[in-house]
Amino acid sequence: MKVKVLSRNPDDYVRETKLDIQRVPRNYDPKLHPFEVTREYTRALNATKLERVFAKPFLASLDGHRDGVNCMAKHTKSLSTMLSGSCDGEVKVWNLTKHECVRTLQAHEGFVRGMVVRFCGTSFFTVGDDKTIKQWKMETPGYGEEEEPLNTILGKTVFTGLDHHRKDGVFATCGQQVDIWDEQRSSPIRSFTWGVDSFSAVRFNPVETELLGSCASDRSIVLYDMREATPLKKVIMTMRSNTLCWNPMEAYYFTCANEDYNLYTYDMRYLDKPVKVHMDHVSAVLDVDFSPTGKEFVSASFDKTIRIFPKDGGHSREVYHTKRMQHVICVKWSPDNKYILSGSDEMNIRLWKANAAEKLGVLAPREREAANYSQKLKEKFRHHPQIRRIAHHRHLPKSIHHQTKELRIMKEARRRKERNVRKHSKPGTVPVVSEKEKHVITVVQ
Amino acid sequence: MAKVSKKKMSKKSVRKRSEVSDKSAAMKSDGVYDDDEEENYLNEAEDNITSEEEQDGGEDERKRQKLLEAISALGGKRKKRLEERSEAAVQMSEFTVNAEGEDDKIDLSDLIGTMEKSPAVPAKTRKQLKNLQQGKRTIERPFSKQESERIQRDVAFQKAAAEVSRWKGIIKQNERAEQLAFPLNQEPSGPKTMERVVTGWMAQTPLEQEVFALLSANKQPINDPILTPVEEASLRAMSLEEAKIRRAELQKVRALQSYYEAKARRERKIKSKKYHKVHNKAQHKEFVKKFEEMVKTDPAAALDELNKMELARMQERMSLKHQNSGKWAKSKAIMAKYDEGARKAMQQQLEVNKELTQKLVTSLNKEVEEEGDEAEVMPDFVNDVEQVLDSSNPWMRGKLSEEKETIVDLKAEEAGAQEEEDDIEVEENEEETLLREFESRRNLRQAQEADTEPVICVADKEENESAAEDLDAAAEEAEELSEFTTLFRGIAHNHLDTEAEQAETAAVANHSDTQLEQGLRRIRTLEDVELLSQEESATEKAPVQPQPPAATENLLSSTDKGGKNKKKKRRIELTEVLTKDTKTIRVPLTPTIEDTEDPDEKLDQRGLIKEAFAGDDVVSDFLRDKRKQEEAGKPKVVDLTLPGWGEWGGTGLNTSRKKRKRFRIKTAPPPPRKDRHLPSVIISEKRNCSISLHQVNLLPFPFENHAQFESTIRSPLGRTWNTERTVKKITKPKVVTQLGAIIEPMDREEVMKNKKRVSAQS
Repeated sequence: MKVKVLSRNPDDYVRETKLDIQRVPRNYDPKLHPFEVTREYTRALNATKLERVFAKPFLASLDGHRDGVNCMAKHTKSLSTMLSGSCDGEVKVWNLTKHECVRTLQAHEGFVRGMVVRFCGTSFFTVGDDKTIKQWKMETPGYGEEEEPLNTILGKTVFTGLDHHRKDGVFATCGQQVDIWDEQRSSPIRSFTWGVDSFSAVRFNPVETELLGSCASDRSIVLYDMREATPLKKVIMTMRSNTLCWNPMEAYYFTCANEDYNLYTYDMRYLDKPVKVHMDHVSAVLDVDFSPTGKEFVSASFDKTIRIFPKDGGHSREVYHTKRMQHVICVKWSPDNKYILSGSDEMNIRLWKANAAEKLGVLAPREREAANYSQKLKEKFRHHPQIRRIAHHRHLPKSIHHQTKELRIMKEARRRKERNVRKHSKPGTVPVVSEKEKHVITVVQ
Repeated sequence: MAKVSKKKMSKKSVRKRSEVSDKSAAMKSDGVYDDDEEENYLNEAEDNITSEEEQDGGEDERKRQKLLEAISALGGKRKKRLEERSEAAVQMSEFTVNAEGEDDKIDLSDLIGTMEKSPAVPAKTRKQLKNLQQGKRTIERPFSKQESERIQRDVAFQKAAAEVSRWKGIIKQNERAEQLAFPLNQEPSGPKTMERVVTGWMAQTPLEQEVFALLSANKQPINDPILTPVEEASLRAMSLEEAKIRRAELQKVRALQSYYEAKARRERKIKSKKYHKVHNKAQHKEFVKKFEEMVKTDPAAALDELNKMELARMQERMSLKHQNSGKWAKSKAIMAKYDEGARKAMQQQLEVNKELTQKLVTSLNKEVEEEGDEAEVMPDFVNDVEQVLDSSNPWMRGKLSEEKETIVDLKAEEAGAQEEEDDIEVEENEEETLLREFESRRNLRQAQEADTEPVICVADKEENESAAEDLDAAAEEAEELSEFTTLFRGIAHNHLDTEAEQAETAAVANHSDTQLEQGLRRIRTLEDVELLSQEESATEKAPVQPQPPAATENLLSSTDKGGKNKKKKRRIELTEVLTKDTKTIRVPLTPTIEDTEDPDEKLDQRGLIKEAFAGDDVVSDFLRDKRKQEEAGKPKVVDLTLPGWGEWGGTGLNTSRKKRKRFRIKTAPPPPRKDRHLPSVIISEKRNCSISLHQVNLLPFPFENHAQFESTIRSPLGRTWNTERTVKKITKPKVVTQLGAIIEPMDREEVMKNKKRVSAQS
C-alpha cells in the first residue's frame, strides 16, 4: 500500500536569517479580500491623522542679528551655508547644520538691501543703502587679516536689489534704473529705464539666463533681455509688486508677490492675464521663492506667516507661523528641496521643513514604501469630507483668523454688489470680469 | 532790377538744363557769366558806400558808424551779410558744379547733371538715376523716438518669447511625467572610467611631476587606453549610439532566433494529436493561400505544386489511411454508440480523408479549358448540375470529373443528412450519421472498384430528396463557385422549363447569390403553401421550420427507425405551432377594428391621455410600491437556532419552543416612516446620515463623471490586493529628490537633448 504524505520543502517557508522577511504566500483573488475600499479608507484616514500629528515643521531659530533681517542668500554650492543681511548693514554667514553663525561682517552703513552669491560660490555681492556694491570673499579672512571687500563700486543712487547671472560674470542691480554690470568694470554695461523712478527687485531668469524681470514702484513688472538695448514689455497691475521669482524648471513662468495680499503667476509671453492668482495671505506679500523642483513656492508676508503654494494652486497647501515671528521680510527655499528659511523683523532667521510631516534623514526601504503608500492613499481619498477636513485643518493665530474671515465677508459683499449692479443695469453694460483679469490694468509694449 | 530778373532767368535756365539733359555747355557758360556780372554790380555798390564814408570827419564818422551799427543791430536780419569774393575763372570746379553766392546751394540735380557727361558712369547707373529723379514721392518722416523705441521693444519681446517657447515641450513633458527625479541630470553612479579619473588627477609629488614632465616631453598620451589611429578612425566612423543600435538589433535577432528554435523544439515534442491537427490545418490553409497567390504570380511553380499535390492525393487514395478501415477505426466504431469522443474522432478521420482526397481549386487556364470540355462532352455531368447547385455540398469545389462525381454525391448526401438532423434536434442523430457515413463509404468503395452506375443512381436519388431543403447552403457554395455557376446557370435554366418546382428552387438559388435570407423565406412560403393545402387554418404566418420532405423514406435500412421517429416529431411540432399561431392572431385584430370605427370622434387632451393610459392603473401601482417599501423597511426576525445544539438532533425533530424563543431575535421596530401620513408620497428611508458624513457629495474637479471617480476609488493600492511590483508601481511618488543634493535649475542643454530626442523619434 502506498501512503501519501504531505511534504513541503522547507526552503519555501524557512527564513535563512532572522532578518529576512517572512514569506507570505498571497492569493490576490478579490473575492477573498472584500471591503477593500473601506479598509483603504480607514488607512487613509489614519494616515491623514498621523500626518497632522507629526506635522512639526519648525526646526530651528538662528539668532544673532541686531536688527531685522532684510535679505538672505542661498549658497550656490553648499547646502549648509546661508547668508543673511540685516537692517543695520551687518551680514552674517550661517552654518545650518550646526545652527550657528560662522562669520559676521559689517558690510554697509544702513540697510543691506540685496545679497547674492556668485555662481561659483567663492564670493558674494551685497548692495546697501550707502550706494555701494561690494564683493566679498566667501572664505573667512585668516587671523590678523582685516575684513575687506574684494571690490567696491560706488554708485550714484541707492541700490535696492541685486541678482547675479547664473553662468557669466554679470550681475544686475536696481534702484532708479536697472543696471547690468560686468564684474570687471566699475560702470554698468547697460542700464534700462522706462519712465519709472524706482525699482524694488530684479531677478535673472535661471533657465533662459539672459532674461530679467523687475518690479517697479509704478505698480509694474518690467521684463528685460540683457542683450537688447531696450526693455521688452511691462505689465501694470492694480497694486505694487514687491518681488518676483522665476520658476527654475519652467522658463517662461514667474510669480510675483503683490501688495494686494495675492501672488500672481505669469507666463512671460502672455502678460495680459496671470496664469494663476494665489490668494490666502491677509496682508502684503513681501517675498517669494520657488522650490528648486519648480513645483511649489513659498511666500513671506507682512501678516507674520509663511505660506507654501503649489505652483498651479489657487490656495496654499501649508501655513507656517510662530508666536514670536513678526513680519516676515525674506524667505528662501533650500536648494535640496527639503527646508525653508525665513528672515523676519524680530531679528531671527527660522528654519522650517518644507514638508511638515516628513521624516528627515535616510529612510529604510520599507519605511519609504510605507510613506509612499500612505501618501498615495491620502491623495486617493482626499476628496472625502472627513479626510479633507482633517488634512486641511490648520491652526491660525486669532488675528489672522479674524482677518481672513473679514476679508471673506468683504469679498462676498463686493461680489454681491457687483451682481446687483449687473442685475439692475442694461444687459451687457457691466461685464463679468474674472479674478485673473481684475488685477491687470494694462500691458505696455 | 533788370539784372536781378536776369539772374532769376539764369537760375531757371540752370534748372531746366538739369532736367533736360541734352542742353549744351554754351547755355551753362552763359549762366556762369551772368552770375559774375551780378557779383560785380554788388561790389560796385559797396565801393560807393565806402567812398561816402571817407568824405566825413574822423570822430563824427566813428559815432555815425556806431549809430549805424546800433540801428542795424536793432533791425536784426536786415544786416547785409558780407559775401565772399571770388574770381569767375576760379569758380569752375572740376565737377563743373558751383554754387552761386552764399545763399545758393548745390542741388542734387546739379550733381547729377555732371554725371550725364562723364563717360565713366555706366549706363545702368544713369538709368537708375533718371528713375530716381522722375519719382516724385517724398520720403516719409522718420519715427519719433518713442515710436521707434516701442517698435524695438516689440521686436525684442517677440524674439525673447520665441526663444522661451522652445521650452514648451519639456515643460509639458515634465508635467505629464509619472515621476521626476531631481537633480535632473545626475551623473551615473558606479565606478568611473579610467579616462575620467586620469583627467581629474594632478601630479603632486616631485617624482610624479618628473614622470609627468618626461611623458609630456615625449608627447606620450597620458590616458591609459592608447588608441591607434585606425581605432580612433573607426570610433569616429561609428558613433556610440549607432553602435548601440546595431548591437541591440543583433541582440534582438539572436533572441528571436533562439525563441524560434525553442518554439520549434517545443512543438515537436507536443504529443497532443488535436494540437497537431489544428496546426496542420492552419498550415494547410496558409499553403492554399500561398498557392493561390502563386497561381497569379508564378504559374509554372504553381503547376509543379499542383502536380505534387496530385501525387499526394493519389497516394492517399491508394492507401487505406484515414478510411476508418483500420483496427483503431473498427474499435472506435464499436465504442461509437456509447462514447461521444470516439464518434468525433472517427468523424475527424473521415474529414481528414476528405481533405486529402480533395482537389484544389485553381484558376489556371488549363483547368478551365478542361472544365469547358467536360461541360460540352458529358451529358451525365449536366444531369447532375442542378443537383449540385441545390445541394449543400462543401466538397464540390474542385473540377468535376467522373471519379469525383460519386464522391461528391455521397458527400452531398451526408451533408443533407446532417442538416436534417440539425433541424430535428433529436438525440440519436449523431450516431446515425456515423453509421450512414460508413454505409456510404462502403458504397463508394464498391463503386470505385466496379465503376458501376447504380450506386450513382442511388446517390442521385438521395440528392434529389435532400435538394429542396438545402438550398441556402447551396447558395453559399454557389458564391464560391463562380466559374461553375456561370456554366451551370444556362443548364439550370433549361431545366427550369421542364420542371416547375425545381425551377423555382433554382431561381431562388440564383437570387440568393446576393441575399441569403431572402431565399430562406421563400422556402418557407413554399412549404407553407404546401401545408396550406393540407390544413386550411394555418395561413402564411405560420413560422414553420423547413421540412425536409421524403428524405427519410429512402434512407437505408439501418436508419429507418430514426427516420420514423423524426416524422412523428415533426408532425407534433407542426400542430403545436399552428395552434399557437391561431391564438396569437386573434388578439391584435380587435383593437384595429375599434380604431377604424371611431376616427371622427373628437377627443380632447384629457380624453386622449386617458385613452393612452387606459390600461395602467397608476394609483394602485404606486400603492403597491409603497407597501413593498414599507415591508422592506420592517425589521426581520433573525433566526439563530441551530438544530441539534443542546438537544437531540436528527430528521423529523423540531427545535424546542424554549430554544426558538431564545434564539429568534426580533429587532426593534424602526422609527415611524416619515411618509406614513402622506398617502401619495414615498419618502425613501435608505439614506444613512452616519454614512453620508463619509461620502463625497460633489464630483471632484478633474473627474468628468461619477463612473470615473468611482473607478479610481474602487481600485485598491495596497499590497493586500496587489502584487508587490504593482504596488511599487502604483505608489511611486511624483517627485523624488536625492538627499543632500543641490538641485540646479534647468539647463539649456535640456532643450537640445529634447530636440534630438524628438528628431530621433520622427
